Amino acid sequence: MVKYMSRLLLICMCCFAMTQVASANVLPQVMDDFMAQGAHEGDADAGKALWVKKFYVEGKARSCQTCHTADLTRYGAHARTGKEIEPMAPSVNSMRFNEAKKIHKWLRRNCKWVMGRECSIQEKVDILLFLQKQ
Amino acid sequence: MIRFLLVCILSIFVAQNVYAADSFLGIPRFKGVAPVKSSLYQANCAECHFAYFPGLLPARSWKALMHPKSLEDHFGENAEMDERDRRMILDFLVNNAADDSYYKRSIKIRRSIPDNARPLRITQVPYIKRKHSEIPNRLIRGNPKVRSLSNCLNCHTQAAEKGVFDDDTVFIKGYGEWDD
Repeated sequence: MVKYMSRLLLICMCCFAMTQVASANVLPQVMDDFMAQGAHEGDADAGKALWVKKFYVEGKARSCQTCHTADLTRYGAHARTGKEIEPMAPSVNSMRFNEAKKIHKWLRRNCKWVMGRECSIQEKVDILLFLQKQ
Repeated sequence: MIRFLLVCILSIFVAQNVYAADSFLGIPRFKGVAPVKSSLYQANCAECHFAYFPGLLPARSWKALMHPKSLEDHFGENAEMDERDRRMILDFLVNNAADDSYYKRSIKIRRSIPDNARPLRITQVPYIKRKHSEIPNRLIRGNPKVRSLSNCLNCHTQAAEKGVFDDDTVFIKGYGEWDD
């Protein structure tokens, strides 16, 4: 029984350790990777300008704020389905930016939705730096 | 030998029970759609909408929906994803699609769709359309707490966990229980 309990405890500890690793902020690494691909040091002001800029698709204005709202510390909502979107600001949401794959996926999807094209790697670095400071 | 057989029968029974997720006096029931889940499916699709159970559409519909070109324009949204993820999710959807399901709703869904049809929206499945035809528009589209027929979970209170869509589990927000 003791042996079983200690084994269970060990498994629990391993699981905990894994979640700790998984929830580490990967933003610096992702930005470094973009810079290795040729982007310059990020510019948070440029990132902010892009974040609030309105683009017109089918006669309607779109921006990052359409879904994420003007306050990054608050919940947003999906423009079409209404499903809630957790706050973007890492200062209030530690689950943000903990997985590189997810960051790439959403930069791709959402740049295309807002601007009708993919973001350049420089625009991505700028936006990520802006978000990191929230 | 008899003991071995007994164990076999018992384990099949237990396994079925676990799989059915719903049982009455220990007898498994397959009355809704299979409430199967996949963490990859959740991660890529449920960020925007309810991860519709695979048993709500036939495999041919899932294949069309999950084609890379159609994901680029997924009902007006961009839903592109990692190619490996896409293939694994497609496998999950096809393997659990309505075609071979023994769940009641999946069987009715597949029987209602003509062989030459390939609905891309669950709300266009004839069976689903018919089952919702009596509900006035003001309770769905005109209801800010529901918004669309595609928001299953807004009214089907036991769908997410059990895959059950029975009308005695329906609660229309801003209106109340629905009884037809």
